[in-house]
Amino acid sequence: MIRRARGSGEALKDFPLFGVMSAAVFGFLYLPLLFVVGYSFNENRVVTVWKGFTFDWYVDVLQNDDIQRALMNSLRVATVATALSVLFALGLAIGMLRLARAGSTLAWGLIGAPLIIPEIVFAIGTLSLFVQVRFSLGVDAITLAHTAFCIPFALLPIRARLRSVDLSVYEAAADLGANEWRIFRRITLPLLVPGIVAGALLAFIISLDDFIVSYFLAGPGGTTLPVYIFGMIRNAITPGVNALSTLLLLVSVLIVSISYVISRRKR
Amino acid sequence: MARARGKAGQGSVWAAVPGLVYLVALVLVPLIIIVIFSFLSRAKLGVGVKWEFSTQAYADLLFSESLAGGRSFDPTYLQIILNSFVFALVTAGVTLALSIPIALWIATRPAERRTALIFLVTIPFWTSLLIRTYAFVIILNDNGPINGTLGWLGLIGEPIPMLYTPFATVTGLVYTFLPFMILPIYASAERFDFRLAEAAYDLGAGKWTVLRRIVLPSIRPGVIAGMLLVFVPALGSFLAPELLGGGKTSMIANVIAAQFGASRNWPLGAALSVLLLIITMLVLVGFAVTAKRVSRTGGSNTWEAML
Amino acid sequence: MADSTAALSIRGVTKEFATPEGGVVRALDDVSLEIDEGSFTVLLGPSGCGKTTLLRSIAGLETPDAGEIRLRGERIDDEPVWKRRVNTVFQSYALFPHMTVAQNIAFGLEMDRVPKAEIAKAVESSLAMVRLEGLGGRRPSQLSGGQQQRVALARALAKKPEVLLLDEPLSALDLKLRRGMQMELKRLQRETSITFVLVTHDQEEAMAMADTVAVFDSGRIAQVGEPRDVYLRPRTRFVADFIGEANVLPATFLSDRADVDALGVLEADLLSGTEGLTSGQPGFVAMRPENILWSRDEQGQARVVDVTFVGGDLHIDVLVGEHPCAIRTSSHVAEPPRVGEALRLEFPAGSVRWVTD
Repeated sequence: MIRRARGSGEALKDFPLFGVMSAAVFGFLYLPLLFVVGYSFNENRVVTVWKGFTFDWYVDVLQNDDIQRALMNSLRVATVATALSVLFALGLAIGMLRLARAGSTLAWGLIGAPLIIPEIVFAIGTLSLFVQVRFSLGVDAITLAHTAFCIPFALLPIRARLRSVDLSVYEAAADLGANEWRIFRRITLPLLVPGIVAGALLAFIISLDDFIVSYFLAGPGGTTLPVYIFGMIRNAITPGVNALSTLLLLVSVLIVSISYVISRRKR
Repeated sequence: MARARGKAGQGSVWAAVPGLVYLVALVLVPLIIIVIFSFLSRAKLGVGVKWEFSTQAYADLLFSESLAGGRSFDPTYLQIILNSFVFALVTAGVTLALSIPIALWIATRPAERRTALIFLVTIPFWTSLLIRTYAFVIILNDNGPINGTLGWLGLIGEPIPMLYTPFATVTGLVYTFLPFMILPIYASAERFDFRLAEAAYDLGAGKWTVLRRIVLPSIRPGVIAGMLLVFVPALGSFLAPELLGGGKTSMIANVIAAQFGASRNWPLGAALSVLLLIITMLVLVGFAVTAKRVSRTGGSNTWEAML
Repeated sequence: MADSTAALSIRGVTKEFATPEGGVVRALDDVSLEIDEGSFTVLLGPSGCGKTTLLRSIAGLETPDAGEIRLRGERIDDEPVWKRRVNTVFQSYALFPHMTVAQNIAFGLEMDRVPKAEIAKAVESSLAMVRLEGLGGRRPSQLSGGQQQRVALARALAKKPEVLLLDEPLSALDLKLRRGMQMELKRLQRETSITFVLVTHDQEEAMAMADTVAVFDSGRIAQVGEPRDVYLRPRTRFVADFIGEANVLPATFLSDRADVDALGVLEADLLSGTEGLTSGQPGFVAMRPENILWSRDEQGQARVVDVTFVGGDLHIDVLVGEHPCAIRTSSHVAEPPRVGEALRLEFPAGSVRWVTD
């Protein structure tokens, strides 16, 4: 009896065909990525004409000096941009809690700006800035620009975490004799660790995956992995592009999964 | 004097200063430079600008100069802006149609499964935009899986040309921005009290009436937020038209990129950027007004839901 | 100078808050209070009356706009929170979620740079004091509400504060647990002989625990005294109605009698609290529902509107003129009154209390 009552309640919530349509949308979301992965094992030089299974493209790609250099550039940019953006975001999260309302609206506009401004405008804007102040293009220029647009991504999980903390916990610490610095070190920081880790991971993949900004700021020596892949797509598409893309996809999915697990974990 | 503090452990406003200064230097200052550049003259050779006031860049948006020196109206750039609008609008429409069923379907699953399903929706967003766009270069190829399957089934003799068409661009855009539409609609749908639907059934409404009269109106804040989150970035898209449109269907971003690349006309590129920024702001304000009229919820929750 | 026996002395403390609508709320309005060393003082009042603001001002979590706060004669209102020798048990307990129970209790001692070995001993004895032996390794999230409450107590007491402040400490507990904790708090107070200042909105809780109760009414202290004294001799109509139940009727004082609205003149022997009044002064009289005697009388001043039996009690609601009045008697009366009947009301000697607004 109980089961049937529940069943009919659930059926009332369902609408015809919505399940099928949802499955189709999930297919649409994942099939393209699966094709990229699948064709990376194609023996044929022509990507979309299947000939046979091989790992050769991976070997090929990993042994390529230019790709190794691009990978190192990407990792360097992502690591430094992540570290810087997390530090800035930590300060912002803590400082914004006490900012007066008028100031906070302006500040939020500034923090959200990299998410709203079209990326192409941000790219040519920073390009113009660096050219104007004669800062040479390359890995450092990319890092500085990435830091700016990684800040909102690093900030959101930290802020969410900070806001979930019962304010009386800080009061209790002060009441028990902790001054501001000790409250920060013993209470605030340990409580924020999951948010900081999640924010850092997000900033890292956002930087690692960025193409447009890196493309405009790369200069002669600053080719990152996505910029290199773009060049490959432009010149000659081989399953090598797919192999490299698959590796990058793997890293992204892995990192976002870790971030998901951390931010969902019970405190 | 050591005044007792009222707000223990809540830090100080000063902590925010380094971050804000950094954002001013690397976000606000570049925008100001673009505005300045748009009022300067084209450098004779190479990159950069000549520091000489000029409104030539804005004139170039509407007119072209013939070799004889005469000025005539030239709708090329207006056409591209219009194209961008149409692409962004179609993208928003298609993503909306795809998102409503899946958002409602996920919102009606048991709570434990909802988080996992929403996570599945967000994963593609966190992968490289370049690779996601490249995926459609493969799929829509003349030798790609779609043409391959249709040919193998004997439905077509010749491959249908799909790559380097407006259709390819829109497909790429829809794929890119789909999570931006699903998430806010889901956020609204999840808050929907299904007892309202039960009340409607009880009063004699059928499934479609309930959907149309009860459910859809309550998820309107999510729909509006989703339209905003798709339309605005779609308007400034670069990669999809670049890789899938094949130069035949340029959008504003591609023209801007070209001015800073091969065409070497930075003031014109800057003027186009200013135009794109103004359009973006107008659209944002328009949505903000609409959203305020409809409800106070929506956009801001989307980012939190995604992270 | 401050009274030598006062643990805390509060003089003229005022605190205003800005409301989100742009207005100003005066949470504390020139509040003065002496709290005796070793006493169990309860600040009692409805929510929003300022009692919690006073407690937080003593702790240093709020900064008063005016007035001074002295701890054993020394001004502390300029000292930051972390330097004050008072500790707080928070309403939400505010246990540190990332630390174990033992680490929570040790925290305050670590802040005082107490040697490790001593801390370990103090943590053990604190756990024993609140009867949580063996739970030191648990996380707060693994404890029940009652246990968390005990940890919060142990953490604050471990520092041996000069005054322990408790902000609605029992409000999150269910009724049965609350009764037990009331006794427990009294025991802890006796054993440690630390001055306890507890905030509550529950008058029964205040009556059960307090040596001294201070009743708050919209930012001011309406009355201070022993619980029994405050109950028997309320000074304002607010106190009369908030502590226990009272029927309050407007009245005028006439030389030694009271002319009560719709009830008539009450003789001097019925009244109490009229010392120092001048003839013609307006005010109110308060009568406890259980102190009203009734009899049937066609000419009576009261008309019955409702009669209910609640266990062994008979509740009679009457209208005196236009004022609703409640009467409680034993339900073992031969013939209870019926709705619409007229009653004559009488009062035992001294049971009608003169109160001000």
